[in-house]
Amino acid sequence: MLATLLIVFREVIEAALVLSIVAAATRGVAERNRWLAIGVGSGLLGAVIVAAFAGKISQSLEGAGQEIFNASVLFLAVIMLGWHNVWMGRHGRELAMEMNTVGREVTAGTRPLYAVAIAVGVAILREGSEVVLFLYGIASTGVGESSLLLGGLGGLVLGAALGFALYKGLINLSTRLLFSVTSWLILLLAAGMAATGAKYLVQAGILPSLGAALWDTSWLLDDGSVLGQMVHVLIGYTARPLPVQIIFYLVTLVVIGGMMKAFGGSGAPKKTIAA
Amino acid sequence: MNKMVLIGGVAVAAVIAVGAYLLLDKDGDGSETVAASEDVPSFGITIENHLFSPAELEVPAGQKVKLVVKNLDPTPEEFESHELGREKVIAGNSEGVIFIGPLEAGTYPYFGEFNEDTAQGKIIAK
Repeated sequence: MLATLLIVFREVIEAALVLSIVAAATRGVAERNRWLAIGVGSGLLGAVIVAAFAGKISQSLEGAGQEIFNASVLFLAVIMLGWHNVWMGRHGRELAMEMNTVGREVTAGTRPLYAVAIAVGVAILREGSEVVLFLYGIASTGVGESSLLLGGLGGLVLGAALGFALYKGLINLSTRLLFSVTSWLILLLAAGMAATGAKYLVQAGILPSLGAALWDTSWLLDDGSVLGQMVHVLIGYTARPLPVQIIFYLVTLVVIGGMMKAFGGSGAPKKTIAA
Repeated sequence: MNKMVLIGGVAVAAVIAVGAYLLLDKDGDGSETVAASEDVPSFGITIENHLFSPAELEVPAGQKVKLVVKNLDPTPEEFESHELGREKVIAGNSEGVIFIGPLEAGTYPYFGEFNEDTAQGKIIAK
């Protein structure tokens, strides 16, 4: 039961962290709950479908189907998160002003909530499909149902609790700080996803790794540990990064960061205006 | 403008998928990718009763290597290794292809995440 719990927990926190950061970044925005619910719901539905077709997906594209699918949804999430950040950079100042007056209803109408809903949805779809496959596999072996259920539920609850804790911690920040912190978190999320997508393509033999891992910090923080997994999701950390992963990571940071600066000026609202 | 970005995002994802398909769909026998069409040595690993066989596999160091993992169990397994930096779910009664390397000489453990207590193996690069 413990093994089940740990495995489910590790998959769940990957999606839960993405959801909490996005939820914190869209706090107070009208319709946000509806969009996030749509993202979560479709992600869950998609996860079941992907799990059901896992064999077919894997065998497609000459054995590289699974990696290409994973990389594609990751890159899609990168684009969606990047777009949201750029939009926020552009309208951040207006939002800060309106937050103290009319409320965010006005700009909320044009805010690309669908973009973050998609990012959340694909995160849940990716991790969820692994959980479904795993649980299905265990259930087939006839392992005690209660043990399976308890472990799976335990992992889900713990993962959700961790995500909720992060959410709570973030929304306790001042509005101005919340804005810049979540912008950075989303930027790092996106860069990490791009690097992970690159790794899948290397695994499928499509992208060259450009050499062996540049360093090995597994002695400091191992990829397999719970903390390692969390840091992996949050900032894209990996103990043994391939050169091509580092390139994808940096390019994503520069492109999205650059666009945020180019379209938004300083982005975060100034002290005097927000006052 | 919003709609265009959404369409653009989906289009990029679709382009990646299609591009990869075209890249890969070159050979009639469908076993090699273009990227790996020049001698990438191929090795087989079998999963049966939640055990990997051979438990220790020797591969050449310093070059790309292709692993063909055949899952003879009816349930899915996730081939995973932090040292190799790979993870892939292999559905029941299916096989999967995983490229590893170039590896420096050494031992690289891997495991089956869904049955970690029994599914353990090593790749030894020489």
